Amino acid sequence: MTLAYHALVGFIVLNVVIGMVTYVTLLERKFAARMQSRIGPYYVGPRGLLQPIADALKLMLKEDIVPTSADRWIYNLAPIVFLIPCILIFATLPFAPGLGVADLNIGVLFFLAVSSLEIVGLFMGGWGSNNKYALLSAMRAVNQIISYDLPFVFAAFVPVLLAGSLQMSTIVEAQRGLWFVAYPLIGQLAFVMFLIATLAAENRVPFDILEAESELVAGFRVEYSGMKFALIQLGEYAHMIGTSFLGALLFLGGWLGPGSDTPLVGALWFLLKAMLIFLVVTWVRWSFVRIRVDHILAVSWKLLLPATIVLLLATGFWVALRGPHAG
Amino acid sequence: MATLPRTTVEIGYGGSERLTMNMGPQHPSAHGVFRAILTLEGETVVGVDAVIGYLHRCHEKLAETLTYVQYPTIASKTDYVSAMTAELAYVAAVELVGKIEVPKRAQYLRVLCAELQRIASHCLWLGTWCMDMGGALGGGATIFLYTIRERELILDLFETLTGARLLYGFHQVGGTRYDLPAGWTQKCRETLAVIAQRLGEYEAMLEDNAFFLVRTQGVGVVSRELAEDVGVAGPLLRGSGVAYDLRTAAPYSSYEDFGVRVPVETAGDCYARYRVRMAEFRESMRIVHAALDGLPEGPISSRPGVKSVGQVRVAKGEGYSRIEGARGEVGCYLVADGGPKPYRLKWRGASFSNLAVLPHIIPGHKVADVVAIMGSVDPVFGEVDR
Repeated sequence: MTLAYHALVGFIVLNVVIGMVTYVTLLERKFAARMQSRIGPYYVGPRGLLQPIADALKLMLKEDIVPTSADRWIYNLAPIVFLIPCILIFATLPFAPGLGVADLNIGVLFFLAVSSLEIVGLFMGGWGSNNKYALLSAMRAVNQIISYDLPFVFAAFVPVLLAGSLQMSTIVEAQRGLWFVAYPLIGQLAFVMFLIATLAAENRVPFDILEAESELVAGFRVEYSGMKFALIQLGEYAHMIGTSFLGALLFLGGWLGPGSDTPLVGALWFLLKAMLIFLVVTWVRWSFVRIRVDHILAVSWKLLLPATIVLLLATGFWVALRGPHAG
Repeated sequence: MATLPRTTVEIGYGGSERLTMNMGPQHPSAHGVFRAILTLEGETVVGVDAVIGYLHRCHEKLAETLTYVQYPTIASKTDYVSAMTAELAYVAAVELVGKIEVPKRAQYLRVLCAELQRIASHCLWLGTWCMDMGGALGGGATIFLYTIRERELILDLFETLTGARLLYGFHQVGGTRYDLPAGWTQKCRETLAVIAQRLGEYEAMLEDNAFFLVRTQGVGVVSRELAEDVGVAGPLLRGSGVAYDLRTAAPYSSYEDFGVRVPVETAGDCYARYRVRMAEFRESMRIVHAALDGLPEGPISSRPGVKSVGQVRVAKGEGYSRIEGARGEVGCYLVADGGPKPYRLKWRGASFSNLAVLPHIIPGHKVADVVAIMGSVDPVFGEVDR
C-alpha cells in the first residue's frame, strides 16, 4: 500500500517536474526578451503559451543522427545517464508539509550527492561523440564541476548546521521565526556563495564554459539532435529548477508564508520563491560575459572554497556556542 | 594542411599530447568564413594557421569588366558592413586619375556618410565582439541586440537618403548621386542624440563589469613594433599607440575642415582597441554634426547625370587613393587606359592586413581568448578575400 502510494506520488512529481521544465523555458525566454527589448515567443498559441509544446514536438519529430565515428553505446546512453540524477533530485524535496515523494532524514545529503552524478552522463556525452569540441567541453565540465561541488556543498551545509538537521522539512520548520537568508551575516554570506556555486554547478553564465557557443559551438551536446538533445536540455533545466528549489528551501524558508498551513498554498509559496531564485539566475545569465576556464578555476579554489570553509567553521563555532537555531 | 607554415610557440606545460582543432570556416565566431587551425595543449593554443579565401569573388577582375558608372555599387560589396567606404575609395581613385573636381557640397556629403557609416560599423563590431566573448553579452546576445538596434537607426537614415539599407550606390564619379531629402538633417541629429545617450549606457554596462575587464585587459596584446611591422591599420594600430589616421595624415574629401581628433591608446590589448573605437564613435558624431552645420550650398556633382553606362571615360594614367574606413586604411589602385572601364584595379583591404597579425598574437592564449582576439580585430571577410 505504501509502496503504491509512493509510486503514485513519484509519478505525479515526475510529471509535474517535466511540465514545469517545459514552461520554465518559456518563462526564461520571455524574461530574456524583456531584458533585450524584444517580445519573445508570441505566435504559438495565445501570447506564445504553446511555444514549449511546439518546441518539444519539433524535437521529437527531428531525425536522430548518430555520428558514424561515435562510440554508439556511450553516445546513446549518455542523455539517459545525464537525465536520471537531474530528475532524481526532486525525490527528497518536500513541496509542502507532507507533500513530496520521500522526506528522507538525510535529504540534503541525498540531493547534493545525486546532483553531482550528472557529470558522469555529461562526460559520456562528450567522450562518446568523438568530436573535439565535445571532448574539450567534457574536459572543462569535469574540471568545473569538481571545483564547484565543494563550495556548493559547504555553502549548503551552513543552513544544515544552523537547523541541526539534514532533513529538509526540519530545516524549513527551523526557519519559522527567521528565514536563514535573514540570519545575521552568516545567512547572507552563505546565500551569496550558494548562488555563485549554483551558477557554476548548473553551468550557467558566466560559468557556462562547457556550452561556450562562441568557441565550442555547443560543447558536449554538439552532436546530439532530436529527442536525445531534448533529454539533455530537460536534464539541464530540471537540475536548474531543482537547485532553485533547494535554495528556496535552505535559505528562503521553503513553503513558509501567510496561509502556508494549507499544503497547496504552501506549495505555491515554495514555487514562488524557487522561481525568484531562478529569475535571479536568469538575470545574471543575460547580463554577464562568460569568464575563461582558468579564471573559473581560480575563483573556485582561491576564493570560494576557502571562503565557504571559513564560513562553515564559523557557523559551527556559533552553533556550538549558541545551540541550533530553533524556529 | 601539412605544407602550411606553422607558427608555433613552446609553452611546455609538461603534457606531450597536442590536439589539432579546426575552427571554421563554418563556426559561430568565424565572422564570416575564417578558418583557424589551432594546435592546442590542453586549453592553451600553441599554434595557429590562418586560412582565408573562402569568400573570394574575383572583385578585382570584376572591376575590369564594369564601367566607371557601374562599379561603385559593386565596390560596396567588398566590405559589406561599411559599404560607403569602398564606394568612396573607388570613386576617389577614378577622380584622382581622371583629375575630376568634386564640388564642396558633395565632399561634405561624403564625409557625412563616411562618418555615419563608421558609427554603424562600430555598432555591429561592438555587438558581435561581445557575442564572441560569450555569456549573456553573447549567447544571450544582449549587447548585440542593443547595438543592432542603433545600427538600424543609421540604416534608416541611409535608406531615406539612398533608398538602400546595405549596399548604397551613393557615390558616383564627380560627386554624389543623391542630395539630402527634406527633414533629413533634423532626423539625423535626433538619431545621433539617441545613440550618444545609449553609448554611455553600454560603457556603463561593460566597463563596470569585472568579467568584461578580465576578459579584455592584457589579452591579445599587439605591441607598437609588431603593429608597425605587420602593417595593421585603423583602430588596431591606434590601440597600439600609433597616432596614425588618414583623415589627418593625408586628408581627403575636405577632412581638413573638421579638425579630426585621433584617439590613441597605448596598451595594445583588446580593451585598448575597445576604448579607441568607443572614442571614435564620439568623434564621428562630432564630425557629423560639424558637417551638417557647415554644409555648403551648391551642386552635388561636377558631372551631369549619365545617359549611358559608358559615358564616363578616364584618360590614361594610374593612381592610388586611400581613405580611412572603419577598419583602417582602404586603398584602391587604379590603372586607366582611356576607355570607359579600368584597365586594372587593386584593392587594399584593411581587414586583410589586420588579420595578418592574428598568428603573431594568438599563440599562448586560451581557446576562449581566440575568439575574443579575433573579434577585437574586427575583420570583415568580404574585404579580406574580395
